[in-house]
Amino acid sequence: MTSLIMPPAPPVAPPPADAPESASVAPAVRVAVRQLDAYYGANRTVRGVSLDFLDAQVTAIIGPSGCGKSTLLRCLNRMHETIIGARTEGEVMLDGDDIYARGVNPIEVRRRIGMVFQRPTPFPTMSIRDNVAAGFQSLGRRAPDRRTIDEIVEKSLVQAALWNEVKDRLRESATGLSGGQQQRLCIARALATSPRVLLLDEPTASLDPISTQKVEELLYELRGSVTVVIVTHNMQQAARVSDRTAFMLMGDLVEVSPTRKLFTAPEDSRTEAYITGRFG
Amino acid sequence: MGSTSIEGASSADRWYRIITTACALSIPLLLGFIALQVFVGAWPAFEKFGLSFLTGSTWDVGAGEFGAAPMIYGTVVSSVLALVLATPLALGVAIFLSEFAPPWLRQPVAFLVDLLAAIPSVVYGLWGIFVLLPVLREDVMPFLATTLGLGNTPLFSGPAYGNSMLAASVILAIMILPYISAVAREVLMAVPRAQREAALALGATRWEMIRDAVVPYARSGIIGGIILGLGRALGETMAVTMLIGNRAELSASLFAPGYTLASVIANEFAEASTEFHTAALMACGAVLLVVTLMVNMIARWLVGRVAREGR
Amino acid sequence: MATTSRPTGQQRAFAERTGRSLGRRRVTNAVMLGIMYVAAFAATLPLVFILVHLAREGASSLDLAFFTRMPKPVGETGGGMANAITGTLILIAIAAAIGLPIGIGAGLHLAEQRGTRLANAVRFLSDVLNGLPSIVMGIFAWQVLVRPIGHFSALAGGIALGVMMIPLVTRTTEEMIRLVPTSLREAALALGYARWRTSLSIVLRTALPGIVTGALVAVARIAGETAPLIFTAFGNQFWSTALDQPMAALPLQIYSYATSPFDDWHRLAWAGALVLIALVLIISLVARFATRSRFTAGHD
Repeated sequence: MTSLIMPPAPPVAPPPADAPESASVAPAVRVAVRQLDAYYGANRTVRGVSLDFLDAQVTAIIGPSGCGKSTLLRCLNRMHETIIGARTEGEVMLDGDDIYARGVNPIEVRRRIGMVFQRPTPFPTMSIRDNVAAGFQSLGRRAPDRRTIDEIVEKSLVQAALWNEVKDRLRESATGLSGGQQQRLCIARALATSPRVLLLDEPTASLDPISTQKVEELLYELRGSVTVVIVTHNMQQAARVSDRTAFMLMGDLVEVSPTRKLFTAPEDSRTEAYITGRFG
Repeated sequence: MGSTSIEGASSADRWYRIITTACALSIPLLLGFIALQVFVGAWPAFEKFGLSFLTGSTWDVGAGEFGAAPMIYGTVVSSVLALVLATPLALGVAIFLSEFAPPWLRQPVAFLVDLLAAIPSVVYGLWGIFVLLPVLREDVMPFLATTLGLGNTPLFSGPAYGNSMLAASVILAIMILPYISAVAREVLMAVPRAQREAALALGATRWEMIRDAVVPYARSGIIGGIILGLGRALGETMAVTMLIGNRAELSASLFAPGYTLASVIANEFAEASTEFHTAALMACGAVLLVVTLMVNMIARWLVGRVAREGR
Repeated sequence: MATTSRPTGQQRAFAERTGRSLGRRRVTNAVMLGIMYVAAFAATLPLVFILVHLAREGASSLDLAFFTRMPKPVGETGGGMANAITGTLILIAIAAAIGLPIGIGAGLHLAEQRGTRLANAVRFLSDVLNGLPSIVMGIFAWQVLVRPIGHFSALAGGIALGVMMIPLVTRTTEEMIRLVPTSLREAALALGYARWRTSLSIVLRTALPGIVTGALVAVARIAGETAPLIFTAFGNQFWSTALDQPMAALPLQIYSYATSPFDDWHRLAWAGALVLIALVLIISLVARFATRSRFTAGHD
């Protein structure tokens, strides 16, 4: 096991490849991606991407479907390799440690990085409470005691703005919740283990507008405490919730800038073409 | 540069993988082991009688002479006749259930037909002995021979014993019907909606749609289902043993008793006292194994082809 | 999809092309529809006949003694099948102990290693194994477990039934696990679950109701098997629960009584068949009920 297991990792920032513009006090880099390639079989879907995700900020990744944005996200917690025939090359540094280094256990990586998917994925055999606490189930003897877990469950549900809706039915099945509630439950589940980074893969794609708004508000709340990376095909959403936005096209990272700048004064003509709706 | 293609597996993961893979591997290994053991047991018979085991028509335990031709003949005839009886009915049910049946009737009829497959073979045999045989002997056989005047043809000649190739075929037909209709129903349901709608849009009636658009599309799957039924019929043991009369003679008449590969094993194996008798019965099993193996492979291949195309 | 009552232009065009009048085509359609109804009706008839006859003959011979007494020798009336009922339950237990773990393990492998050459081969061969005649399974078990030991045994019979269960359980397990959305597996992996824990405590647990159903169907199917037992478990007129000795079983007892010349034994055969069918049908109905409740519970 490597230093990844030790919680207080100093936020060491290697020099970013693309220096963030107009940042008077540069925030620490939480996740640094260096020359990352991702393959499905012989198909290279992410091509030499280098990118920094800054601490306690929301970064959005946008781009037309098939551009590799979800694949890039899945490389950040080593989920990409769980697909048969998929592999990666390059480095992803979490607080200065390469999560792809030899000897690093992907299970430890995934425990430190929460993930929420496009469709809500509550575990149907578990109650609402057990769903939120699911991340502790795999810890065995290292898991906190019942009362601590109950406190964490409440805290996470409050954080995910779901507590008031479910506090009286924590023992009931999670499948009885609405789609929006289920998705917030999944966010609570990801937050329960206090991850350093939260990855969201089009988290509102299957939700109605009201639920979408609730999730977006929640992301806004999380800013400042958790590093958030959100993949979305919805440019308005990226503009609403993120501090910085990265634009990808056909596996390449085209541009990454503060969100306001990317949507008002993009540097690359391809970015401009995309945000003005000329393709994608 | 880190490069990785597989997840760095913990030892628990490795054990999980090893155990499930071993379970999966046990299936081909078992199949091979079964075939090997049956052939090992049958070897003395094949060695002694050679090809004449398959062609010889004398099965005389006392004289130590074993020719399985009557059993092979009985197996093939009873199974084919069962197919002839069961297929039209089974396809009728399948088409009815997938195309015509009103929703309220679909579930109960499908359930009843499926239930036919759940009845144990020995119960079919029991019912056959006490209900089917008397009916065949008193009513059906005289009707075929006298009323229809088929008694002079070799197929329906001779005294009506009851226990006969015909009785075995009828019970087999009932037993394989649910298998054929289940597979046929599945492949018919897999026919894309567009295929049906295209035919209806051309002005076809429902029947024309089924005949010209649905059935041709599902044809190889339906044939696979029929062959699957054949595989069942070839190996079916108990009901046949109880009804076919168990006589190792070649006879053209369906009214005459016969024998099948499976029923000779069921009937004589426990009492076989000489090495060659046991080996000859094992050899019957080996022939049955090879034939059903081939029949099943062909059937699965045909059914699988439709399933793949349907996707 | 109701056919229109008046011929449309398209239908007329179709008729011209096929060279037949619309009226005749309508009649053909109606006739074929009628034939299908008759076929469906005819196919369910044997089942009704069998069940009715079984209920009549079986119920009149069924009493408490049937469940509690041992078989009587020829010539004495009465007696029961207590030993055969017990024997069948023991044989089912042995078969399940072999068929369930191996079948579920293999099903997990097939569902998780989808598309690999090994998985495709195993799936195909498992269907082939499922199609092997049960009598062949019997001579296999005899050759391996009876011949070397020198006497019949319940264990040999149970193992023969267990081998028959493996492909049945494998395929339902695989199918049920495939119904579990991949997103659920991914969610567990992303939470830091190890693969084995993801498979067992999330995926398998979610698919469990369906797998239980499949297991029950498999049990129902082998419970009535006779052919693999004739020269393995062999049958026993006496009370025996020893696994290394011959053991009575309901289907075996029905077989030997049905083919005997004694009326009293015929009576017992019907009673035995009724009990066996009841056992099988109850298991099938429970399985059906379990399936239904799984679908109403829903996954999303």
